Formats: sequence, C-alpha cells, structure tokens
Amino acid sequence: MTALGHVLEHRAVQYRRTFRSSAFSSFLSPVLFLTAMGLGLGGYVDRSGGTALGGLTYLQFLAPGLLAATVMQAAAFEATFPIIGGLNWQRTFHAMYATPLSPRDIALGNLLWMAIRLGMIATVFTVVIVAFGAAHSPLVVLGIPVAVLTGMSFGAPIAAFSATQRTPSKFNVIFRFGITPLFLFSGTFFPIESLPGFLQPIAWLSPLWHGVDLTRGLVLGTLGQNPAVMLVHVIVLATIVAVSTWAAVRMIERRLVRG
Amino acid sequence: MPETPSTSLIHARGLTKRFGEFTAVDAIDFDVAPAEAFGFLGPNGAGKTSTMRMIGSVSPITDGTLTVLGLDPRTNGPQIRARLGVVPQQDTLDTELTVRENLVLYGRYFGLSRDECGRRADELLDFAQLTERQNDEVEPLSGGMKRRLTIARALINEPELLLLDEPTTGLDPQARHLLWDRLYRLKQRGVTLVLTTHYMDEAEQLCDRLVVMDKAKIVAEGSPRQLIERYSTKEVTELRFPPDVQDSLDGKLDGLAERIERLADRVLLYADDGEAVAVAAHERGLKPDTVLVRRSTLEDVFLRLTGRSLIE
Repeated sequence: MTALGHVLEHRAVQYRRTFRSSAFSSFLSPVLFLTAMGLGLGGYVDRSGGTALGGLTYLQFLAPGLLAATVMQAAAFEATFPIIGGLNWQRTFHAMYATPLSPRDIALGNLLWMAIRLGMIATVFTVVIVAFGAAHSPLVVLGIPVAVLTGMSFGAPIAAFSATQRTPSKFNVIFRFGITPLFLFSGTFFPIESLPGFLQPIAWLSPLWHGVDLTRGLVLGTLGQNPAVMLVHVIVLATIVAVSTWAAVRMIERRLVRG
Repeated sequence: MPETPSTSLIHARGLTKRFGEFTAVDAIDFDVAPAEAFGFLGPNGAGKTSTMRMIGSVSPITDGTLTVLGLDPRTNGPQIRARLGVVPQQDTLDTELTVRENLVLYGRYFGLSRDECGRRADELLDFAQLTERQNDEVEPLSGGMKRRLTIARALINEPELLLLDEPTTGLDPQARHLLWDRLYRLKQRGVTLVLTTHYMDEAEQLCDRLVVMDKAKIVAEGSPRQLIERYSTKEVTELRFPPDVQDSLDGKLDGLAERIERLADRVLLYADDGEAVAVAAHERGLKPDTVLVRRSTLEDVFLRLTGRSLIE
C-alpha cells in the first residue's frame, strides 16, 4: 500500500505544476457547455414543448450526461499519453521499476491517480451543475463516484492498450472512432430512444450509456423508478473496470520486463 | 577467477537470456567482488544490456544461475533492487519535475522519509555539481548534467552496487571526463561499480577488471593491462596509405611486425617497439601518408579477439 502512496505522491507533485490551468479548464468547460447547450440550445428545445425528455428541461437532461461524458474524455486522455510517456518517452515507469516497486504497484498506482484526477474533474463539474440549478436530488453527490467509475471503464482498457504501443499513432483512432462517437451518441445530448431502432442495441453496449443513464438517475433523483436497471449499470461498469484493470497490470508488466 | 561465490556480490554461472529464438546472452560465467569496478566491454548488440537487466532484477533469467548480493533475483527482486543503484542507457528522468524533486521523489520509492530524502538530495546535488540547478526543470540541462543527475538519483538509496549501462555514450569529451571523475570518487569510497561500455578508453579508465563480450558470449576476462599483455603487443604502428596504394600492399609488409591487421583505411602493425617498425617500413620504401606509433589499447584486444572494431 505504501508503494501506491509513493506513486500517488509522485504524480501529485507532477500535477502541482499544472494545477492552476488544469483546475481552471475543469471549471470552464462545464460552464461553457452548460451555457451554450443547456441554456442556449436548451431554450429552443424547451420552447418546442416536446415530451421526449420526460418533463425535464433540456439543461436538466443534459447536465448529468455531460458530466459522465466529460469524465470519459478526460479518462481517455489520461490513459494514453501519460502511459506511453512513462513506458516509452520519459520512461519514468522504468525508473520506478529499478526501485523495490513491482510492475503491479506501478500500474495500480498510476490507475489510482487516474481515478483521483477524474474525481477532481467530476467534483468541479458537479459543483457547476448545482450552481446552474440543474440538480434535483442530494444524490447528485453520488454522481461523482459514478462518473469516476464510468471514466475508469474507459481509462483502464485504454491504458492496457496504450501499454502495448510504442508510438501514439493509433491514439487518434481511439479518439476519432471511439470517444467522439460515444460522446455524441450515448444518450448525452438526446435520449437513445431517438436513435434509429437498429442502433439502440449498439448504444447499450457503450459503457458511456450505462454511465450516463446512471448519473442522470442520481442527479435528477429518478433512481428509484428503475432500481434494477441502475444496479445492472453498476455491475456492467464495475466488471469492465475490474477486468481491464487486470489487463492493464499485465500489459504494463510485460512491457517493463521486456525493457 | 579468484573470487568464490560466498564473497561475490554478483555470481553468474551459465547465465542465459533468450527472447524467443534469439539468444541475447549465451551461458556466461562471471563474478564481481565487493568494491571492485567491473566492466562489460563489447560492441552494440553483444548482450551487455541484457546482462545488466538480469543483474538489475528487472528481466528474468532464462537459464543458468545468478545471485546478486547473495539473493536470487527470481524470488527476491524487490529486496535486491532496494540495494542497487541503476543508471540506465537511456535517461529515465522525470521531465515534469525539477532536478531536486527528481532526487527526493525517487528516494521515497525506497521507503526513505521526506527529511532523509531531502538531506541526501542536498549531498547528492553537491556531488553531482548540480546544486545551482536544483530548482530548474530537467529538460534544459545538458546531456552531461542529465547523466550526473541520473547517477545522483541512483545513489539516493546509498546502494552497495551501482550498475551503469553505457554511462557516457553520447557525451562530449569534457562531460565524459567530469563523469569519470565522479565515478572514480565513488570507487574510492568503496562503492562497487558494474558498467558496460563500448569505449575502450572508458573501460581502461574505470575498470579494475573486465570481460570482453561478443555475440552473446564472454571471449576474454582480466584487468585491462592483463588483457593487453595477453592479446596484444606493447605498441602499435598505424600506417595510413592513399586508398590505391593500400590495395596494392600485398606481401610488402610481411615480417615487419608480430601481427598485421589491415583495416579499411589503415594498416596496424603490432610489435613491442613501434618506432623500429616505422623505420623498417621506411627502409622498405613504403611511403605512408601518416605514421602513428602508440601503445596498445583494449580496442586492439577486441580486434584481435573478434576480427572487428568495437565501434563500427
């Protein structure tokens, strides 16, 4: 455990360097998105008077989904460049492996730091949601761990993949054909029921959809309407995180031992 | 080898590393004694780094036996690494930290308190002549400074054994000499040094004893002086001819020296009295562009043992 603590200490000192700009953009991003899309676009949506959102204002509908989706994007970034940098560029993971740390400590410590970073981003985002009056339940606080869980369901598998790469050339593919489409089509901006019928099952496969639906239930306090579905969401996300964390440990270990 | 396993810091017998079909290290035997400066000399790809990584307990051995500090790397990796200092071939400094933070945070991985890390960092900054740069970022440092910082970082846990893989490759001569001076001081303090190099001058400067590696095997072992005495003559006369003349020298040099090596750009004549060889060549009417008489080096030993130059 102390080994993981030392990895966290290391990452925290690194992070202190960019803390101000990072914290500011964590705050600015939700403010801009919720203003432009939630209030601006949302104003039009709400005036059209549809019932597709189940009586919610568009801002209320959007905010929780955007929370989960933003954390997913951050996770994808944290799981690509820092991992390939530690293994191939600055090679700091190799330096850590020359100490009593095991590859497992190095992998888990860095994944744990990733979760902490996602927690910070989700916390700032949640504060903004509350400030915009888009939260309708004290359960909004639980949206933070759920957003982190959702983020890690991307972060851990992408970290496992990054550990197998020597160059970042394939990262663009992840962002372009994975993260961006999921960001747009996982029920973040509109209910997946609006998708053509044949696409809906695909949306169910997206970890982000599970995360968005769960976060929405917590932020809006509608969780109780469908407790079984919510439980399934948690199980799906937790399973992805557990399996892919194991995979990330294995891949990082393989890479470190190979040199 | 005078050392017995019980007094060796590193003891290897039949040590082998294979990557699939490729054999990087092929059943080598060696021992390293406490307070010794021991070198692996050989060209790139000879298996030096693979050997160092096995000693460093980060790469499992494929076959043979290896003990480091009396422990088995397969089962005691973390315990061994706790007592080693490692200077890898490629810098692994954290460019997102300052010079000082690189030392302090690294010490934390060895379980040292923050105070202790700070105290040792101050000493090591002084040793590495980086005190004035301690709050600077790593990236603007010169190659030589980065290497010194890497060595300082490797010393944060006061290791019994310091492993240096190609410590001065890529540095300019002045930076190399400064680094050699620092390593020499460590040796004086009784730190055991194990280094790899493909620079024969580095091996001669630093190593009490070395093994010459070629194609995954050890081809010779001894002190630099012993190796030169055993495999070369006291002096070497280097004759450089114009390219067309060099091609038409067949037979004209016979008998001038104990041994003759013809390289692409020059001819090496091995004899104990180099001046006499130069005079004799002149008397035969040979007109080289340049004549250089020098002492034999490990480069000559390597050429003799493998028929190739160290740096190609």
